[in-house]
Amino acid sequence: MKALLESLRRRDRHLSRVINIGTPYLWLGLFFLLPFAIVLHISLAETALAQPPYTSLWEWADEGVLQVRLNLQNFITVFNDELYLAAFLNSLWVALVCTVLCLLIGYPMAYAIATSPERQRVILLMLIILPFWTSFLIRVYAWIGILKPNGLLNNLLIWLGAIDTPLTILHTQTAIYIGVVYSYLPFMILPLYANLTRLDFSLLEAAADLGCRPFKAFLKVTLPLSLPGIVAGSMLVFIPVVGEFVIPDLLGGPGSLMIGKMLWTEFFGNKDWPLAAALAICLLGLLVVPFVLMQRLERRIGGDEL
Amino acid sequence: MNQGRVKLYTFLGLGFAFLYIPVLLLIVYSFNESRLVTVWSGFSTKWYVELMQDRQLLDAAWLSVRIAATNACFAVVLGTLAANALVRHGNFRGRAGFQLLLTAPLVMPEVITGLSLLLLFVTMEQTIGWPDGRGFTTITIAHITFSTAYVAVVVRSRLSQMDRSLEEAAMDLGARPLRVYMSITLPLIAPALLSGWLLAFTLSLDDLVISTFVAGPGSTTLPMVVYSSVRMGVSPKINALASIVVLIVSLAVIIAAFSLRERPAAKRH
Repeated sequence: MKALLESLRRRDRHLSRVINIGTPYLWLGLFFLLPFAIVLHISLAETALAQPPYTSLWEWADEGVLQVRLNLQNFITVFNDELYLAAFLNSLWVALVCTVLCLLIGYPMAYAIATSPERQRVILLMLIILPFWTSFLIRVYAWIGILKPNGLLNNLLIWLGAIDTPLTILHTQTAIYIGVVYSYLPFMILPLYANLTRLDFSLLEAAADLGCRPFKAFLKVTLPLSLPGIVAGSMLVFIPVVGEFVIPDLLGGPGSLMIGKMLWTEFFGNKDWPLAAALAICLLGLLVVPFVLMQRLERRIGGDEL
Repeated sequence: MNQGRVKLYTFLGLGFAFLYIPVLLLIVYSFNESRLVTVWSGFSTKWYVELMQDRQLLDAAWLSVRIAATNACFAVVLGTLAANALVRHGNFRGRAGFQLLLTAPLVMPEVITGLSLLLLFVTMEQTIGWPDGRGFTTITIAHITFSTAYVAVVVRSRLSQMDRSLEEAAMDLGARPLRVYMSITLPLIAPALLSGWLLAFTLSLDDLVISTFVAGPGSTTLPMVVYSSVRMGVSPKINALASIVVLIVSLAVIIAAFSLRERPAAKRH
């Protein structure tokens, strides 16, 4: 009887493993992992006037010989064209600047919330989550009305007498910075907050008792302990911003050099699917390094903010 | 309150001002009489009336809502299974890869996800004849793929904080795992399921880039309509639409936040 129950238990457990692990694995494998193989495949094809607009990589030559033609021209184009190179570099630069800005603004905010009385914390946290849930597109759109030449910001500054002629902010790199920091700030604050609430603040008291100045205690105790939160938040901002499309398109204007926007133009504007696929592969290759770094660091310092 | 805290709270206040003023201005100017969005010329609700008569916009909104709801239901199931796997099945083989697959959609640039899914759908259609054309189904599948990752994060944190003594008691009394899961675990993590569902719903409702890649000619979602109209310039009608969206999302967040608030019985002994 006991043996029977035991074998039943084991079967249940096995079944539960298969369902719980297998279903999401299968879904993400099919719709997230497999597509990358196909992107790689198509990046090696040639553009064609067909539906879909690319050539097939392999075809049957006569006598049962399978011919495979790999076309590296798309990658050569990407690496030789200075415009793409500039776009890649500029995307990394924008992502870096915005990550640092988000950290500088987000850290004190997360710290203030994490150290506030528990009753207030729920409300303050909700105020951070609310914009995170509110439509991205709408929040970017809101900035157009503020930043444009006859927009609210310029009107205000002229009314205050600070400037005479309207500032040009919309359709510049500055507008991209503002839009990105505004949109991604909650992604920085949430993991930092999750980390800081678990911080043992008695360590700070101990440091103070031992005569440590508050700022030094912050540098020596709080900052190192919140490193997992800093890493998680920074990656949640940095990685998606490198490939950002909506913000450079709407706020940066037609001339903005961002790789996500160029990929979009190649695909929808020029209908060059293979070149767009090659750009996606290059972008992916660029992002694998910080992504793996983040996963490693997270595992080593034991953070689970993601 | 010492001086440090005053400074900290001032900074927090400024941060909130930065986050909220643009959206508040957007809502204020949706009641502006003038067609010029940035010049105030009197209170009016005419843009809301005009919004309600825009057939194309309403159709797109209805399509978006249907996609978002279908997506949210699937994503909650898949995300909960994934959270179970991570919390309950310990160190299974391939756990690192599993976790990687679950984290990657959270940070993957949308242009990459969108392009790769489109190419997958095109290839599948060529080889196995499914999906037949692109539209509701392909957009929903794409949304489920990234929503699942978000739901897994929400459910996972709830599941790992849960007190397991009730489950153990039921097991000791001889209940089978599925029964235990259905009648004890699920009710205990229900708030996380609700907030996961709402999150998946709003993420889907908001998505422009991935939808544009995987949509077919006949299927235009709400963000696509908004995007093409925004590219033409600022219009008070879009302000009115934005205000309605902000209102709905705020309600969803408030519901989710209250349902996720820890109840004494759900945690700790």
